[in-house]
Amino acid sequence: MDQALQLLFTGIGIGSVYALVALGFVLIFRATNVVNFAQGEFSMVAAFLMVVFAVDLALPYWLSFILALGGMALLGAIFNLGVYYPLRHRTFLPVIIATIGASILMANGMLAIYGPAPQVLEGWFETPGIQLGPVYLDSQYLLIIAVTLALVVFNYWFFEHTMIGKKLQATSQDKEMASLLGISVSAMIMITFIYSAVLGGLAGILVAPILFVSIQMGATIALKAFAATIIGGFGDVTGAIIGGVALGIIETFGAAYVSVPYKDAFAFMVLILFLVFRPQGIFGERVAEKA
Amino acid sequence: MSASENISTPAVARPTPSIVRHLPYFAAAAVAVFAAATMTFDGYVLNILMQATTFAVAVFGLTIVLGLCGQINLAQAAFFGFGAYVVGLGTTDYQMNFWICLVAGSLLALAAGALLGMSTLKLGGHYLAMVTISFQQIVTLIMINAIWLTKGPDGVSRIGRPSLLQSQQAFLAFCVAALAIIGYLVWHLPDTRLGRAMRAVRDNELAAGVVGIDVVRTKIAAFALSALLGGMGGGLFAGGFAYVSPDQFSFAESIVFLTMALLGGVASPIGAVIGTGLLILIPEWLRFLKSVPGLYLAIYGLSVILIIRFMPDGIWGFVTAGYDRLRPRQRIAIDAPPLQLSPATVGGDIVLDVSQLSKHFGGLKAVDEVDMTVKRGGVHALIGPNGSGKTTTLNVLSGLYNATAGKVMLDGTDVTTMAPHLRAAAGLGRTFQNIRLFRSMTALENVVIGAERPGNTLVGKGDAVALNQRAMSALNFVGLGPRANELISSFSYGHQRLIEIARALAANPTLLLLDEPAAGLNSSEKLELHELLKRIAAQGLTILIIDHDMTLVSEAAQHITVLNFGRRIADGESMAVLRHPDVVSAYLGTE
Repeated sequence: MDQALQLLFTGIGIGSVYALVALGFVLIFRATNVVNFAQGEFSMVAAFLMVVFAVDLALPYWLSFILALGGMALLGAIFNLGVYYPLRHRTFLPVIIATIGASILMANGMLAIYGPAPQVLEGWFETPGIQLGPVYLDSQYLLIIAVTLALVVFNYWFFEHTMIGKKLQATSQDKEMASLLGISVSAMIMITFIYSAVLGGLAGILVAPILFVSIQMGATIALKAFAATIIGGFGDVTGAIIGGVALGIIETFGAAYVSVPYKDAFAFMVLILFLVFRPQGIFGERVAEKA
Repeated sequence: MSASENISTPAVARPTPSIVRHLPYFAAAAVAVFAAATMTFDGYVLNILMQATTFAVAVFGLTIVLGLCGQINLAQAAFFGFGAYVVGLGTTDYQMNFWICLVAGSLLALAAGALLGMSTLKLGGHYLAMVTISFQQIVTLIMINAIWLTKGPDGVSRIGRPSLLQSQQAFLAFCVAALAIIGYLVWHLPDTRLGRAMRAVRDNELAAGVVGIDVVRTKIAAFALSALLGGMGGGLFAGGFAYVSPDQFSFAESIVFLTMALLGGVASPIGAVIGTGLLILIPEWLRFLKSVPGLYLAIYGLSVILIIRFMPDGIWGFVTAGYDRLRPRQRIAIDAPPLQLSPATVGGDIVLDVSQLSKHFGGLKAVDEVDMTVKRGGVHALIGPNGSGKTTTLNVLSGLYNATAGKVMLDGTDVTTMAPHLRAAAGLGRTFQNIRLFRSMTALENVVIGAERPGNTLVGKGDAVALNQRAMSALNFVGLGPRANELISSFSYGHQRLIEIARALAANPTLLLLDEPAAGLNSSEKLELHELLKRIAAQGLTILIIDHDMTLVSEAAQHITVLNFGRRIADGESMAVLRHPDVVSAYLGTE
């Protein structure tokens, strides 16, 4: 029982990371109708930026954090201009192939620059954690959960209660109508990419002290996050968050009780089960193309 | 590519067997095999040729799934690995015959591809991309961790070859021969029934279903064929190099396969060969790039982005586009008899019997307990103000939406829960309000796909001659016969509507649904349409038409059903219905 509680805590922590990346997936999908297959690489690049600023340049942690997120905002903008924007009038297939190309470029470009050895990034806090009854609460996991919760609240406020959030929603629902109302659709899409890159980057920075900072972390996180969006219901913001947390828990228990080497396979199995038996996910999805 | 092939096929005279016409190809292939068998190569060149040949087989798989069917496969290296490991483990640990292992490996890849496809292909393309990536990762995990089965990271060495082809060079010659034969088959796939179905699915899934193509099965077939070729290439690869290890079948290799297909041009096996050759040779020339890990894959990633942006049809697509502009368009004269329509008559006087049909979207009752009977012969119109549920009704009738409640009987058959392609097989034909043609094909090819409807009794066994004739008759019927070999994009809006009608007519349907055929037509085109409807009805085909043009509706239709807010508000003989006070108020408002 004690072990189960401990695993539950770890699972929620890891799942929160998946949720953050999944949220980035969903926001871009809603704005552009395209899945960005390079979303996981945003996390990887941000973690490496943290290594550059906090370890190599030995800047203060908070400053490195701000600089890394600023770098991600820039990367999101470049990504939009270089990968998505030129293809915006094409069908989804060329666009997803281009995002896959971008993901290969980012991962292997980083490999060429930094080499294959995984890097170590310290956590934010000096204190490793606190013991609460039978459960040991690692400070980094606590931070991840807290940040995710705060972001969920922020996200809700941003999209429901700010003008720019409403404009973003309008754009994702009907681009033509939005542009007739004087909303600059390309600006909204730019904001979405920047915001998603920052979200993905945040997830990468938070999870980096738990995993190693490696070239492969982007692909691994992206797969989990995508599985999370399907579990939750494709295109649904709440679904992405709940799906992410659920997947984190499933995976942690699977690794503890079934098999460690195949830990990364659980996401895939859950994904296939959902695709076969409940493709619309927990929260359902919108109807297909209209005739 | 597809267009030019169709042109070179003489369709009237009994064609010379294609094997004879393609003798030059086989002669060239024989020369290549002979050269591979007899020339003296050093080991380095031999290895490069071996890699290029076996990779090209796998890239052909992407030509089918991505180029022909428009579905993505990011796990081709995993399928390649299936073939390679079955041959590797089979010929070493289990001492089995090479050929048996090659077949078993290919079939394993085929089965895995089919299963993966079945789980995912009902859903959109994003799912397929992510699922194939996940699958690829799992296969790599198993290759590395299931040491009892795969020998783990060490890989499998001393893999056997067939006893007749013991030397690496003899085996290479065999691989070249295999490549030539598979390439020939892939080249001809687009002009087979399955190949046409794949292209139709790629161009327009909804229209493909409505003309009688089983969309999901076609996609699964394309995906499984692609996996099969992956497995076959992998089996040959294992025999060629006698050693395999997990890193040769990683996600990175899947991306290499994808880049090869895209660079050469995904629409044709020639593109696959060009792309494979280039991407094997270029890294050899630029060996220094390999000294920095990641650099050359990073360049592949960048190339993918640039190719998609600037050269979406690849090198071969670029070359053929120029060639097509220079070459004058040939015409084939197909002598076609006048179009004959003989709609099936099974269910008595009533062709379509709709009872208590409802379609709800959440709380919105788009169609609400509608009853309608369409009598055999003549024109029946379904009218109503904008948003009254007409098109939704048509979409429920043709199976694009599932009915929330109610029953649809087509010529005595209950089709309420059938998929669109099964309704087409049962005799339902339709056109779309926003034209849905297969845009990469010629007018003739579009109509041939219509003629291929399962259950069309007028094309015999469905051989090429009969299909072409039937399609030509339908195009002549709508007056576009002389332009049969032009691509869809060169036709005006009005003519595209006529091609869509011809596609439906070629299928010899029992009931034809026309969704606003007069929308966007000018007045002379509307007159022609009216004439066309008369000529169709004269042959005994029943038409159910939706339109806003009251002149057309009142002149063409004998019977009218009126919808408003999803409910039927009037039904009966045309003139009486149009004078019905509820109908007048629905259109003009009440006082």
